[in-house]
Order: sequence, then C-alpha cells, then structure tokens
Amino acid sequence: MSENEHANTGYDEWLDAIEDGNAYYLECSNGHGSLPPRRICPECGEIGLEETPLPETGTIDTYTVVHVAAPSFADDAPYTTAIADFGPVRVTAMAPDDVAVGDTVSLTIGESKTNGDRLLLFERR
Amino acid sequence: MTGVRIAGVGLTHFGKHPERTGRDLFAEASASAFADAEVPRDDIEELYYGNFMGELAEHQGHQGPLMAEAAGIRAPATRYESACASSGVAIRQAVKDVRNGEADAILVGGAERMNNLGTAKTTEALAIAADDLYEVRAGITFPGAYALMARAYFEQYGGSREDLAHIAVKNHANAVPNEHAQFQKEIELEQALDAPMIAEPLGLFDACPITDGAAAVVLVSDEYAEEHGLDAPVSVTGTGQGGDRMALQGREYLARSPAAEEAAEEAYADAGIDANDVDVAEVHDCFTIAEVLALEALDFYAPGEGIGAAKRGETTRDGDRPINLSGGLKAKGHPVGATGASQLAEMTRILRGDHPNSDAVPDAKVGVAHNAGGTVASATVHVLEVHK
Repeated sequence: MSENEHANTGYDEWLDAIEDGNAYYLECSNGHGSLPPRRICPECGEIGLEETPLPETGTIDTYTVVHVAAPSFADDAPYTTAIADFGPVRVTAMAPDDVAVGDTVSLTIGESKTNGDRLLLFERR
Repeated sequence: MTGVRIAGVGLTHFGKHPERTGRDLFAEASASAFADAEVPRDDIEELYYGNFMGELAEHQGHQGPLMAEAAGIRAPATRYESACASSGVAIRQAVKDVRNGEADAILVGGAERMNNLGTAKTTEALAIAADDLYEVRAGITFPGAYALMARAYFEQYGGSREDLAHIAVKNHANAVPNEHAQFQKEIELEQALDAPMIAEPLGLFDACPITDGAAAVVLVSDEYAEEHGLDAPVSVTGTGQGGDRMALQGREYLARSPAAEEAAEEAYADAGIDANDVDVAEVHDCFTIAEVLALEALDFYAPGEGIGAAKRGETTRDGDRPINLSGGLKAKGHPVGATGASQLAEMTRILRGDHPNSDAVPDAKVGVAHNAGGTVASATVHVLEVHK
C-alpha cells in the first residue's frame, strides 16, 4: 500500500509542510482543531478552516509496540506507534522504541523500512 | 407498531475453512435458520446481509443478490458494511422495517471468508477499518489500535495484563460445549500471560482468531408469528446505534467507547429497561480490552470498574451476569461480517434454553447483544426478551 500509488491532495501537502518544518493544523472560527484534507469542522460544521501552526511539542497519550505487522510494514516490525496530544489536535505516528506515556515529542517525517514511503514520526524532545 | 420476533437462527461452524466460499458459508447458515424458523423462503421480503472484506478476500463485491441466490430466496437484497458491526447494522435495519410495516419477514445475516488470505494479508485487510491516511500509514493494525486503547485504559484507570487474561480464560471455558466455536478448549491463565506479543500490551490470547463463518436470522412481525402459529419465544425489543470519530486520534476518549454508550442508551430506552434488568449479554470482545469497554458502555460497570469483572467472577458462567456464554469473539471466533448476527443467534438460543450453556442462566428473560465496528467508531446494541 505505497503512498506513491496515488496522490492524496491535502494530506501530501501536509506531509511536505511538516518536512519543511512548517507543521500546521486546521482551525475553525470556533477554535476547534482538525487535520487535512478537510473542508468542514467535524466538531461544529464551520467551513473556511485556517492553516494554523501546530504547537511544536506534544505529549504521548498512549503507544503500542506492534509485533505482527501488515505486509506494508513487514521490515519495520517490531515498531512503536503512538498517539500524542498537541493541544488542538492529537496525532498518530511512529515513535522511538523506548517511548513512554507523558513523554514530550515533536512531529517529523520518517521513512518506512519496508517500502520507503514517507511516514509520520515522533522525536523525543 | 408491531413487535419483532426471532423466528429462527442458523450458524455454520466458526473456524478455519479457507477452501469454502462466502456463498457456501451463507447458504449453510441460512438453511439452518429456515429449518429452525419453519418460515417458507417465499415469505421472505428482504435480505439484509453484512460483510466487511469480500472484495479483498475473494474478489467479490455486490454480495447482496449473490447471497439471496445462495439462500434460495427471491427478494431484494442489500449488503451492509460497517466493519465488524456489519451485520449489527443489518439487524437494526431489519428490526426497523418489520416494526414500521415495510416487511413481515426478513432474512438478516452475514458471512466472512478470511483464512484463505493468511495472517499477514488478513492483518492488512482488517486495518482498512481504520483511517487509512492517519492510522494505517502510521503502522496501526487492528490489534495495534486496541493495544493503544488498552494502554490508555491502564494509564487512566489502572488494570493489568492479568486482568485481561482472566477474560480470555473465561471466554475459552464458555466455548468448550459450543459446537459452533472455533476453540472448544480451555486455557490457563499463565498460558495467556506467556503467549507471544501481538501489539503490546496485547498478546496472542488477548486477540480473537481469524475466522471463516456465517450466521443467519429470520425476523418476523408479531402478527406473522401469531397467524402462522410459530414457536418464536424471543423478541427483539430494543435497538440502538451510535457513532464516533473514525480515528482514535480524533476522539475525546481513548479508554471509553461513547458510540456503544449511545447505542446502549437508545436500545435500553427503546425496550423500556435499564442495565439492571439485563440477565446475560453477548459483547464484542475482538480483544480482551474490548470486553471491558463493552461492559462499561452497557452501563454494567462505571468507567474504570469493568476491568476486574472476570477476575472477580462476576461475568463468568457462575457469576451474577454471565458475559459471552457463547465463548465470545475470543473463543467462538470472529468472522467479521457474521459476528453481529451470530450474537443474535447465540443469545436467542441462550434465552430459548437450547444453547449448551443455557443452564448457566435458567431464569434469564433479558439478553443484550453488543456489536462494534473498527475501534468502536460504529456500534449497535440490541435487547432481546423472552416474549410475554
């Protein structure tokens, strides 16, 4: 399931922005956060979402070490995937293997060992 | 508004049947349901059929008419897909349509063929129930997603892998006499705790198996049952459905399942009962932690208090409110699209008294079936009562 099979407008540009150090989230006029591609705030239905800088760090809420992987991550396993709270949004990404709940992390872009696809990665701060 | 009776139920064996087609599995389950129901096939006015991954498993879409043909009925047929709650949502539609007079007799069920894909490809196929961009691409598997919820639960409320292992031990014990179950064998606590990790903190015995199987249920109106003198002692008296954000990261709670809470609240109100009235339940334990979330969503326990229920013996067959007397998804098996209908079938047999575990609850009058899709982004709850 390589990301190169087809483009995903909104998502691809979001990855580009993270890679360039300009990570953002989408904010509606009522202050609710969400992630692209999105036209409508899932919380309140507002349209006209603004790209707003993502807070530089988030806090790990939960994580798992995946031992049985799908074929698209076969060479990555075992690997750690986590959810971190950045305030207005939570993000799911691969994480360092010794990550713990409560750790402070930043969001960056890494690469799958299995197929070279770009993927979201947390780095400890 | 008419009441809805369960006229008959049918199940295949749940297990490894990699060589059997989905259509063959559903044909067998529907034939059993018709034999049990004594309803002529010609009287069926609709087929609502649940299936999740037919395109990936056997290159087969448009399964509604295929399954009507397999079941030998000539009726409009629609496939419902809501991940692991696919046949739960099909049942809900059937219940509504019998109630509102659209149909007097409906065949509802589901089937899933999975083992022909092997473990790795099945893992990939199941993951499509998660958000592709935000979860699958970050390495989330189906066990991985529930592992994230399990750790969040432990962090917020406490609990341990041992508490979860007691759930696996309980459900395996329940499956022993169930001829439809994939694993008719007991396991020891240490065996569960020592098993290889799938996605930490969940090990092999925290996870349901990969299962092929089908389930079918014939639902009829009260009027139809009475006119035809059917022996149909169990009614569906409550239906509810809830929803949540698709991805875990978008949710308010990582250690609760509000979609199932909403479904339960609606189903209980519909039936005019509350959680205290429920004698027995079949809940969606695709992973041991999922049973805990279900017990709390169904309001059998407050959030954070369901984790020790199996260990304390409250949900075992000798407990106050036995959970998953069928063996649950854990030991009976989880052919994804068939699971919701299979829960209805098992609960019907439990309440009628013809389930091998009916003797655990001889006086049970009210049962509940809880079916969850994905990481509970969708959920249905149905209340079954012995017809008065």
